[in-house]
Amino acid sequence: MLFVGANRHAAPAFPPGAKGNKLLDGAAINYLHNPKLEIVSSQQSPQGKPIIVTQSSRGQSGRRPGTISKCLSGIAGLDEVTGGGLPRGRASLICGSAGSGKTQLAMEFIARGARDLNEPGVFMSFEESEDELKSNVRSLGFDLDDLIERKLVALDFVAVERSEIEETGEYDLEGLFVRLQHAIDSVGAKRVALDTIESLFSGLTNTSILRAELRRLFRWLKAKGVTAIITGERGDGTLTRQGIEEYVSDCVITLDHRITDQLSTRRLRIVKYRGSTHGTNEYPFLITDSGISVLPITSLSLNHAVSDERVSSGVSRLDTMLGGQGYYRGTTILLTGTAGTGKTSLAATFVDAACRRGERCLYMAFEESQDQIIRNMWSIGIDLQPHVKKGLLKFHASRPTFYGLEMHLLVTHMLVEEHHPVIVVVDPVTNLVNAGSTMDVHAMAMRLVDYLKGRGITALMTTLTGGGRNLEQSEVNISSLIDTWLLVRDIEADGERNRGLYILKSRGMAHSNQIREFRLTDRGIDLLDVYLGPEGVLTGSARLSQEAKTQAAETERQENAQRRLLEIEAERKSLAAQVSALEAKISLQDKELHALASRQAAQLQRRETDATAMARSRQADDGLTPRPKPVREKTKGAR
Amino acid sequence: MKRAASNSARPSPALDDSPVGWDLRLYVAGRTPKCVTAFNNLQKLCEEHLAGQYRIEVIDLLENPTLAKGDQILAIPTLVRKLPEPIKKIIGDLSNTERVLVGLDLRPRV
Repeated sequence: MLFVGANRHAAPAFPPGAKGNKLLDGAAINYLHNPKLEIVSSQQSPQGKPIIVTQSSRGQSGRRPGTISKCLSGIAGLDEVTGGGLPRGRASLICGSAGSGKTQLAMEFIARGARDLNEPGVFMSFEESEDELKSNVRSLGFDLDDLIERKLVALDFVAVERSEIEETGEYDLEGLFVRLQHAIDSVGAKRVALDTIESLFSGLTNTSILRAELRRLFRWLKAKGVTAIITGERGDGTLTRQGIEEYVSDCVITLDHRITDQLSTRRLRIVKYRGSTHGTNEYPFLITDSGISVLPITSLSLNHAVSDERVSSGVSRLDTMLGGQGYYRGTTILLTGTAGTGKTSLAATFVDAACRRGERCLYMAFEESQDQIIRNMWSIGIDLQPHVKKGLLKFHASRPTFYGLEMHLLVTHMLVEEHHPVIVVVDPVTNLVNAGSTMDVHAMAMRLVDYLKGRGITALMTTLTGGGRNLEQSEVNISSLIDTWLLVRDIEADGERNRGLYILKSRGMAHSNQIREFRLTDRGIDLLDVYLGPEGVLTGSARLSQEAKTQAAETERQENAQRRLLEIEAERKSLAAQVSALEAKISLQDKELHALASRQAAQLQRRETDATAMARSRQADDGLTPRPKPVREKTKGAR
Repeated sequence: MKRAASNSARPSPALDDSPVGWDLRLYVAGRTPKCVTAFNNLQKLCEEHLAGQYRIEVIDLLENPTLAKGDQILAIPTLVRKLPEPIKKIIGDLSNTERVLVGLDLRPRV
């Protein structure tokens, strides 16, 4: 438990073992965000102290017995950092220098309580007249006249004019009590704001009387059971000029308006909150046209729900590179690149694809105006105008130096709450370096990433990397926070700059390790394979010429093959012709052979016939051999 | 409740007759010792210095709390000089007569 200041003994005791000693522990936050928490009854006890019974369906995370009851301020963010609002039935001191927003906070406390939380209030002003107060809050959408009419708010302007007043002898401030009592009674007030009660010290000289009376006033307020806000001007080394923090010791909040590097940031800090845990940081806050908005700096925990759902990058080939389906929904994508590498175009493509699916997108532009982005994207065939018209796409273009980093963060918060996007683009996040130191930007980016992740919003941030630096080191060093990191870089060769796209990392998915050439055409973004060959990685016209060369070689190869085919065919044909010629020759010779044989047979027969005929003519014996007999007789005769 | 000035012998006629009449209001809250002292002191002082040309109106804020706003009453008791103009306020039990006289412009500031 953390106690600030004196009077420790007065703190209400926690039940032993009660959780909640940690600041802003999970249970307390659940308690805050638990929509089922409701005030079941609110009534006055016989002692005049209000009894507020709250009931939470979450049991454990609800209000624990023995802890103090809290009163929702209704101011965005303040109830979160105070863990449920200001201490009910007690006085809270709001201190800060001039122009830090004390009156604003006090007035919002009263007006919101009356309008939204059904708790009438009294605003007692010591500085501004009733008309001034009314016109001051009219711009915030509060109609004080109406609230006064409906008996929800009572205003009382207490003017203390030093020059008119002469002090003689003993007096007290009963008049103030009477007026306050009357105002409280007239509306049945549960809230009281005293702004700035310290003004009394400039109007009245007898400070010992004043101090005694103020002490009595705060006790009286407590006894009344009203939740009070007392504002005080910041003093030199003390919280308030007159040290009234001595009397108001339950809750002290300081407001601050600091200027660093010519940029102003309003900050709020809870100095003490007796009997309650609370955030101890300095929380930046913004006074906008809808009032005060306080922003808790650090994220509450690191337990975002994750989604398995994938969301297309809008470039089908990039989706393919990212495991085939694109980014995971609810992750943070970082797009790093040097100037003119097409970061905004990639972001716009992503947004365009999302809007086509009917998703709501928020585009935070820190470099270009809305119209400029729309026109430029039109040139690459992306028409964002219809999405803007349909209300799906909301641009927020602002100069980074327009206000401090916290304000940018707060504005983002507010826009997200207002527009409910599922995709947020920050283009470029590095430009915010102009609005703060690198460390601050890192912290801011971390908070932004945390916040968006916590809401399941897919965020795409571009960062501009200066030329010559290590591209793989994002300027604000947020690379460790992000899930998917794309790098778009110039590949400079052969007198050309061409764009190459790499995936440096992508958590939780199998992603391509290849470089793609990244081209902006009039029909959007085109990813091409780069030429990888013996001559290295070639892009642009080098790739084109290499492709042409390859093409030519291929054609030649094909022609060669064709020619060879024809040759073989011709040769085959000639061989076949030869074969048929030879066959013809064979058949000719066969015929000739045949003819020859038959001729021979005919000859033989004819010779025999001739011999017979001759024998007959010589009148030889029948059956004589055709051999000429005379030869045989001659031989015989010679024997 | 408006209590008429106690010295009924010389009430309003003096005011009507003289254009520079003194119209005084004393704001009190109940009958506290401080208030009673203030009233007594005031009465004494008026008798001494403004005999016949004053009127005192005592306003009890416990009974008429709305009247506190009109004269911007904060401290009790408060004496308001409505007339002659300009309006002057003197707070306290009026025990320091000198300062009251200065406050009412009956005696020049030192």
